[in-house]
Amino acid sequence: MDYNLMREFADSWGLLAMALFFVACIAFALRPGGKTHADQAARIPLKDD
Amino acid sequence: MRFGTEIVLLSLFAFAALVAAGFGADEPFRQHMWVLFFAVAGFTAILLRNTEFKPATPVDPTAYMDGPIRYGAIATVFWGVVGMLVGVVIALQLAYPDLNIQPWFNFGRLRPLHTSGVVFAFGGNALLCTSLYVVQRTCRARLFGGNLAWFVFWGYQLFIVMAATGYLLGITESREYAEPEWYVDLWLTVVWVAYLLLFLGTILKRKEPHIYVANWFYLSFIVTIAMLHVVNNLSMPASFLGSKSYSAFSGVQDALTQWWYGHNAVGFFLTAGFLGMMYYFVPKQVNRPVYSYRLSIIHFWALIFLYIWAGPHHLHYTALPDWAQTLGMVFSIMLWMPSWGGMINGLMTLSGAWDKIRTDPIVRMMVAAIAFYGMSTFEGPMMSIKTVNSLSHYTDWTIGHVHSGALGWVGLITFGAIYYMVPKLWNRQRLYSMRLVTWHFWLATLGIVVYAAVMWVSGIMQGLMWREYDEQGFLVYSFAETVAAMHPYYVMRAAGGAMYLTGMLIMAWNVAMTILGYQREEQPLPGSVPALQPAQ
Repeated sequence: MDYNLMREFADSWGLLAMALFFVACIAFALRPGGKTHADQAARIPLKDD
Repeated sequence: MRFGTEIVLLSLFAFAALVAAGFGADEPFRQHMWVLFFAVAGFTAILLRNTEFKPATPVDPTAYMDGPIRYGAIATVFWGVVGMLVGVVIALQLAYPDLNIQPWFNFGRLRPLHTSGVVFAFGGNALLCTSLYVVQRTCRARLFGGNLAWFVFWGYQLFIVMAATGYLLGITESREYAEPEWYVDLWLTVVWVAYLLLFLGTILKRKEPHIYVANWFYLSFIVTIAMLHVVNNLSMPASFLGSKSYSAFSGVQDALTQWWYGHNAVGFFLTAGFLGMMYYFVPKQVNRPVYSYRLSIIHFWALIFLYIWAGPHHLHYTALPDWAQTLGMVFSIMLWMPSWGGMINGLMTLSGAWDKIRTDPIVRMMVAAIAFYGMSTFEGPMMSIKTVNSLSHYTDWTIGHVHSGALGWVGLITFGAIYYMVPKLWNRQRLYSMRLVTWHFWLATLGIVVYAAVMWVSGIMQGLMWREYDEQGFLVYSFAETVAAMHPYYVMRAAGGAMYLTGMLIMAWNVAMTILGYQREEQPLPGSVPALQPAQ
């Protein structure tokens, strides 16, 4: 596996996979119904000590 | 027997250090091994004096393990004083070169002592103790692995001692923020893997189904630093008992590796880890959930995906290929968005409780920290733009930028977290004195303002003087002239740093008195206690 092969993979499939993963993370955070879950998660530190 | 295994292993370790001190290939290595021998042997002696033959008292598996966190809080304050004191000393050395004391205390050896002292000793201990505090309380689980947390704490202190003494002895890999030589690097790798196991193990045995976002930031910090540390320090020792090693990379590849490491040390050590602190301690201190939990998730993923590519902006106009420089610049500019999203999220957590900025100096400290986070993450992308960088690079402007981030963001958020944790960790009703916190806040904030403003002026002046040429194309100023012109700014910078150090000393006093159980008799701060109303 030489530099050129890695470079080619990085700026084609690698880039696509990372971009899709990133978009999926954002979409999951903003999914409908996610707000209730998020509001509950935000209260975790405040529940007790 | 209490500490039985530890004492045996540490004795062997001390003996190995003694052997290395005897057979070392070069003089600095032998001296360094003597330091290691005395440190480990001394620690073994302390354990021997505290050993017992009674059966160990059973540990309550439901209680949080706060011992290493208490030690970590004290270590944070101690190393903070040391690191900032060295900072003031080297600032004065720049203004008055006669203060260079050869060979151990010259600028070249003290400068890495300052950077490692504040970043890894002060900041590292702060991250270590707050991460263990937060992960237990948000997972509702005791730390994983029994005494593993103690190994991580003391192992990390040994790393700090070995790194610091190595610099003073003149042992250096001369890689920015990664100066320790190969054997100290190997030791840090062992400690860091143990830290990762400790943190991950605690998350895995959690009782809270959801992993709170602060833990995501802490975990990304631990994982990324492990990766950065290992790759950046790939090197071949010249001998197995010598202090010299050679990097696995050369030329521009080495430069890029170093700044991939260097910038992500800023991104994941000084940013992601301390954001974990922000997402726990700000909600706790104002007693409100974070403004938008979903924004914090987006903040996390955007920061993780963008930061790792920003390193090449440290190598503008060098032999690094143009496309890589542009890539670094573009990703740095894109970082504006997650950084400011995170800043807004932190600040807006106060919505409905803004009066606390007036009445609670700890909240004030945290808010100032977040404001400095916003300011330095605005300034950084701007400085990564190639045209701006052609003026700012290699000048004091960079130093000013680093310190507005380090003193403003990292320092102030750490102070806030320590002030929050200390009364809780030692079961005190409150801090020794809230008025001293106010003093600390103002000394620190004014110190940063003096420091950053002076470095802007001096840096831009320096950059403009370097590029000034006359109508015949000759440079107008020699390098020594630019140095002479900066003298007054160097003196003012030392004054700003001294103010910040004074605030740190006040904190050390306040924390020590709190731990000892004293409460200063003082008027409560205006507004912190509701005014009494006359009976009707």
